Amino acid sequence: MLHIGPVLPEILLLVMACAVLLAEVFLPPRRATLLYWLSQMALVGAAFLTAHERFDGVIMHGMFVADRLTRVLEEFICLLTIIVLAYSRDYIAERGLFKGEYFVLGLLAVVGMCVMVGAAHFIALYLGLELMSLSLYAMVALERDSSRASEAAMKYFVLGALASGLLLYGLSMLYGATGSLEIATVARALPTLAPGNLVATVGLVFVVAGLAFKLGAVPFHMWIPDVYEGAPTSVTLFVGAAPKIAAFALFMRLLIAGLHGLVASWQDMLVLLSVLSMAIGNMVAIAQTNTKRMLAYSTIAHMGFLLLGIVSARSSGYAAAMFYAIVYTLMTLGGFGVIILMSRRGFEADRLEDLKGLHQRSPWYAFMMLLFMFAMAGIPPTIGFYAKLAVIGAAVGAGFYGLAIAAVVFSVIGAFYYLRIVKLMYFDAATDKAPLRSARDLRWILSANGAAMIALAPWVGSLISVCRAALGGIG
Amino acid sequence: MTAMAAYDHLALSLVIWTPIAVGFLILFAGGRFPRLVRPLAALGSLATFLLTLPLWTEFQRGTAAMQFVDIRPWIPAFHVYYALGIDGISLPLVLLTSLIGLIVVIAGWSGVKERVAEYFAAFLIMEGLMIGVFCALDAMLFYVFWEAMLIPMFLIIGIWGGPNRVYATIKFFLYTFLGSVLMLVALLYLYFHAGDSFRITSLYDLPLREPTQIWIFLAFLIAFAVKVPMWPVHTWLPDAHVEAPTGGSVVLAAIMLKMGTYGFLRFSLPIVPHASHELAGMMIALSLVAIVYIGLVALVQEDMKKLIAYSSISHMGFVTMGIFLFNSLGANGAMVQMISHGFVSAALFLCVGVLYDRLHSRQIRDYGGVANRMPVFAALMMLFAMANSGLPGTSGFVGEFMVILGSFKVDIWYAVLAAITLLSGAAYTLWLYKRVIFGPVTKATVDSLQDVSPRETAFLAILAVAVLLLGVWPQPLLQVMHASLHHLLARPGVALAGTP
Repeated sequence: MLHIGPVLPEILLLVMACAVLLAEVFLPPRRATLLYWLSQMALVGAAFLTAHERFDGVIMHGMFVADRLTRVLEEFICLLTIIVLAYSRDYIAERGLFKGEYFVLGLLAVVGMCVMVGAAHFIALYLGLELMSLSLYAMVALERDSSRASEAAMKYFVLGALASGLLLYGLSMLYGATGSLEIATVARALPTLAPGNLVATVGLVFVVAGLAFKLGAVPFHMWIPDVYEGAPTSVTLFVGAAPKIAAFALFMRLLIAGLHGLVASWQDMLVLLSVLSMAIGNMVAIAQTNTKRMLAYSTIAHMGFLLLGIVSARSSGYAAAMFYAIVYTLMTLGGFGVIILMSRRGFEADRLEDLKGLHQRSPWYAFMMLLFMFAMAGIPPTIGFYAKLAVIGAAVGAGFYGLAIAAVVFSVIGAFYYLRIVKLMYFDAATDKAPLRSARDLRWILSANGAAMIALAPWVGSLISVCRAALGGIG
Repeated sequence: MTAMAAYDHLALSLVIWTPIAVGFLILFAGGRFPRLVRPLAALGSLATFLLTLPLWTEFQRGTAAMQFVDIRPWIPAFHVYYALGIDGISLPLVLLTSLIGLIVVIAGWSGVKERVAEYFAAFLIMEGLMIGVFCALDAMLFYVFWEAMLIPMFLIIGIWGGPNRVYATIKFFLYTFLGSVLMLVALLYLYFHAGDSFRITSLYDLPLREPTQIWIFLAFLIAFAVKVPMWPVHTWLPDAHVEAPTGGSVVLAAIMLKMGTYGFLRFSLPIVPHASHELAGMMIALSLVAIVYIGLVALVQEDMKKLIAYSSISHMGFVTMGIFLFNSLGANGAMVQMISHGFVSAALFLCVGVLYDRLHSRQIRDYGGVANRMPVFAALMMLFAMANSGLPGTSGFVGEFMVILGSFKVDIWYAVLAAITLLSGAAYTLWLYKRVIFGPVTKATVDSLQDVSPRETAFLAILAVAVLLLGVWPQPLLQVMHASLHHLLARPGVALAGTP
């Protein structure tokens, strides 16, 4: 008998995606809001189903693994997407993007991510990855009259396809070396290979390159700034949040669960990726004048920090990386959320100077943005600090002292451009005096998101315990 | 009895979180009820001050053990505890902080005109965080307080500061941030060596090899030296002081600088005693450079705040020197000097603030003959100027004299060099005083000056009493800290070379 309990959330999302697609055809345009609520209901339903699932094991003929990690990450991906859709609702309505496609693509991307998170098999993993990526390419291109968005989508698609190709090629080599596509079998077969097996090592290099591309680590980061800047802000928000969680899951499933036998080889590669990401991301961000582009480079730097936790090759380090990924997505949601909140019809608010004097216009949102910025800079008591503490601690614990010192030095360099945003908001006079208008639910969610930056501090311990427990079956 | 025990546990948490809670209350409610902001701030800081008084009376003298200890698990995954406690080294600093917190609120009562709620909220939150630094028994909790403090200070200088405030505040932030992140790496290293513990006491007496000790000492040194600040990483301080509003300067000089020297006593000496001995010569040399060279730099300043800022660096040199003499006189002198400098520098910055509020200038040449129009002010400032130049009978004398005596025991040349600068200290302070206060009134602006208001008299008088009290009768303070300092100097590694 086929056990489908653990994949019910995916099935629900898929069905609802179809329902949204159909509903759009039959609904009169003035009822279009229903599409939004249908999608939100689908996500809430998926989160609910995930929360009530207890089954552990591999199902679907070895394709899908249901474990704590799958459940925690799926739950979190749904939560993130709920917030993203809430932030984007008015933004896309004002720009004529409020269409069924937007929600259908969004839901399909979530299905893809959930499949990636629970993949036990190279084919499932690749299918999930492609489902997510193709949906995202289309979402970036959704604003079809904007040349910037089309350019971004083109770049994203070409480079993304290349990365998928690299990953697939690497997976095929691993298949050649071990004779299996199942991650668990590959993991068992690796230690039996001769040390320094060339096929497996070359395959690993391609896999790491593909993963690094999806994560956006230097030197595979070129797409990030263009996509972040060119895409509509609501899509940037989407691309910047949940897919990072899915990419983290890829690292866990492939490198940790699958290729732990080659740890010595991938550790060196990740060290390099990590240092380069922190260096290039933080330094190039200083030169940016566009907030979205600046946050794009900041993302690259954050991915470098996330890799610190994985580099340590210990279970506590993986938990630290997972915690970092979660904290990172919350911070980045807030940062882009404020940009969305400030933009209005025909005005994007994506230049740094648009933030000038925000404190005069709205002390509350300026304070929220301040919290997001200090969290990204990693200043206590914001949760950004505990995330950095966790990954740097993992690096020190594994004996990577030089890497840890590099990380903290780059975080000081990075602090400069976060401080610049605070400076613009608080120390400069406003040039644009237009009042900020936004829906009430958006304001509440953004406030909750901002408050989470410090209010979560007393519960950091529990959050990390959740991450540790989720990774218990892997590290 | 149970109530007493409960109080013992909660006392420090109350002192830390009362001002922070009131600060957030002001931040959120201040926009809607602007008239309540000032009374609330005064109430909050007064309550905090009153809450610290029982700490002083209930504190057990004669033991080096931590008191009012409160330990709760916080982040079990990293074995981080919410651990608080005070000994004789931290208690005087906690009291100093709550007193200065109260004074800063009174001083900012009418001077601040815009974003009033944010101003008082920032100061109250910062006060709580600073007390937290002195009470934390867990290295990570210490680090959280230590870093979190940067946020309000960054905003205080940046929003309410002078014309060049953005440069000054970003410089201040990045300087101190760079210093402390290296300390973070050192703490993480120690964490793994202490068997996964961040408890400060469990980091003491770790068997660390010599080169490791040196590295850790240097990491701590960068963090603490930037805060003190020691020559040559002092350059952020004059900028920050000049640009900061009066209250910001007072907090910076009176409390924030003490965190660096507190760090030496709490972390460097007991955790890496061998490296501390090894590098004591360098530390004393750097301190002497600060005392002598920065004292001379102060002499040529045109800006009153800058002059006092350089004088602060010079006086803090006495503190770092006293600590690294490794004898009882030096350490006690350093502690007395820390407290005394807290009073004196706060008072001098407040005096400049009083003048600045009236004429909006900090340049010495814009004044002259102030005594003719502001006699009460002139008398009060005279006392603080004397204390700053180390006149016997004032608090400034006690600390400097003890440190100089202590340095005689180690090397007579240290003492000679340090003592020479009593001259330069007197020279720049009294010359400043002469140029600003004495002489005929030649400027119309000075002619129109009004003497200090009752509110201004009040906060200057509180500090004047403190300076005199500590100057003629330092015994209560010495009694409180003696046991803890003695215990610190008698630690196996620390006592190696010096004779406590």
